[in-house]
Amino acid sequence: MILFAGSVLILLGFIYWSTVGYMSKQTDATIEAEITGLAEQYSKGGLNNLVSIITDRIERDPDSSSVYLFASADYSPLAGNISAWPDAKQTEDGWMNFEFADARADNRIFQARARPFVLQDGLYLLVGRDIRELRATQQLIIRALVWGIVLTLAFALAGGIIMTRSMLKSIDRINQASREIMAGDLQRRVETKGSNDEFDQLAVNLNAMLDEIDRLMTGIRQVTDNVAHDLRTPLTRLRTRLEQFHAGLDEGSPDIENIEQSISDADQLLATFGALLRIARIEAGGLRENAEKVDLAALIRDAGELYDVVAEEKQIGFDIQLEASPIVDGDRDLLFQAIINLLDNAIKYSPEAGCITLHLADHNGCAVLAISDHGPGIPAVEQDKVLQRFYRMDKSRTMPGSGLGLSLVAAVAAMHEAELVFADNQPGLVAELRFQCIHRRSE
Amino acid sequence: MRLLLIEDDPVVASYLEQGLGEAGYNVDLAADGKSGLVLACTEDYDAMIIDRMLPGVDGLTIVKSVRATENKTPILILSTLGEVYDRVEGLKAGADDYLIKPFAFSELHARLEALQRRSDNSLNMETELRVGDLELNLLSRTASRAGKVIELQPREYRLLEYLMRHAGQVVTRTMLLEHVWDYHFDPQTNVIDVHISHLRSKVDKGHASPLLQTVRGAGYMINENR
Repeated sequence: MILFAGSVLILLGFIYWSTVGYMSKQTDATIEAEITGLAEQYSKGGLNNLVSIITDRIERDPDSSSVYLFASADYSPLAGNISAWPDAKQTEDGWMNFEFADARADNRIFQARARPFVLQDGLYLLVGRDIRELRATQQLIIRALVWGIVLTLAFALAGGIIMTRSMLKSIDRINQASREIMAGDLQRRVETKGSNDEFDQLAVNLNAMLDEIDRLMTGIRQVTDNVAHDLRTPLTRLRTRLEQFHAGLDEGSPDIENIEQSISDADQLLATFGALLRIARIEAGGLRENAEKVDLAALIRDAGELYDVVAEEKQIGFDIQLEASPIVDGDRDLLFQAIINLLDNAIKYSPEAGCITLHLADHNGCAVLAISDHGPGIPAVEQDKVLQRFYRMDKSRTMPGSGLGLSLVAAVAAMHEAELVFADNQPGLVAELRFQCIHRRSE
Repeated sequence: MRLLLIEDDPVVASYLEQGLGEAGYNVDLAADGKSGLVLACTEDYDAMIIDRMLPGVDGLTIVKSVRATENKTPILILSTLGEVYDRVEGLKAGADDYLIKPFAFSELHARLEALQRRSDNSLNMETELRVGDLELNLLSRTASRAGKVIELQPREYRLLEYLMRHAGQVVTRTMLLEHVWDYHFDPQTNVIDVHISHLRSKVDKGHASPLLQTVRGAGYMINENR
């Protein structure tokens, strides 16, 4: 914009300089020619001739813009159409710019440009022009040029704004689509206008890239599913065979314990594959439209009732605080599973005779479910890592578990557009599920 | 006992056929949807086990077709589609139970027996369940053993009721979770075992013959010792 304004200024400056400069030069040239002519007349016909020519010229054309003054050696006027020798300094190249009062026009002030000339007898001749019109024309040109600059810049600005707008709109369209895709709408594509401009081409390329990513992701998902499925099938057969072998053994046979251990190992493997597949499906699936209305308070009561017997074995007490009874759209079994996984962790890491708080509240229309224990907690640096599949903190490697429990909770939370947040219970861990847009129970 | 098994995986099919045969069932096997549908609609069975994903006609279509003819044979669906919506879809189509692959054979066997019992019992309105000297009054919701009242929590009552309704049959842990707690989930720990041991201490403590038995590798069973 600045570059553009600069070049416009230079261009118009050049036009100004060439037109106005040309007009000034033209005036100067006319005056000089007149001086030359008058000087010739003077040398031919002497003083009287010159005076008569000047007087003649003034009388013949009284409104002329010409200025004449014939003056004696002490600058007292002898003939001419101005009343006195102007009180103005000569420039280096012999020109004078001055103002004079015109006796013919009620002593109005005029601007003039003139050149004095010394005649042979020590007399002076001043020949000039009234440059009112020249100045007026110059003003006109300057005004025209200023308007030209203003209009050009205004049009440029307006055009620029319109172009930027349409560009921003195209970029906005792409940004909007990207955000929606990142938010999980993987089938969303950037709109194309078919205009084949650069933005359209960008959109087409982005769409092609998204299609390719989608294809690869589907491929990976299928491979994962197939691997898990292919591994589960032989494992199932292995388990079935072990079971049949177990059934055929006599009571008291020394092999019984080994076989039972093998069956339970196979079960653990199957459970791990099952959990992996489950997480993958939850992550890929999202919440279906016909999700049920789930009463979170009921889930917490049921979970507490199911697990209090397990907690009792460690003399752990449950403190169930239901401050609200929010209803959320969701999958009842998966939400129950998430609560169970959190509760199971809380029991696992709680010290003997500790207390676990199950807290459900309504924070400005958002359901917040919190399970807090007084165990070792999760250090802030590990809080993201524990959500990764198979991640286990060093301290907990000796504990039973697959390292998938919290990954599943995170997947269920994401599916329900809830946030899984860990906080410090000083000491211990607070695991919070923060839901959005709940439906209040209608009383 | 005549059983129809519709399963396209030959290995799974042969294991099931063998296992069910040993368990005393007379098994007809169909390896694809079409022949399975023909058998299901023309022959008379005591129960059907139908794989959900089949070549030709899929499992749910077979279930719907069978139910459309007012045939009330108990149907169990086998599926690898383990999520809740799939299960709901299967049950809505008219199946009686839904089992996710992979499963233990003991789980399938226990569920088949439960289905048999359900269809036998569906008509008689019992007011009392009895196993040995253990009595459960379904009207007053009280339990007593050898004439002595047993104090039960509501959940313990439901647990005992489910076990007694399936007396003499193996009941698996997932069956208990599904029917007593009404959740389909993976319990992570041996939480059911703890509940059972609490119940056992109330039911069997101080009595010479224990009624509530653990079936290794399968589940639990309440049964009169003979």
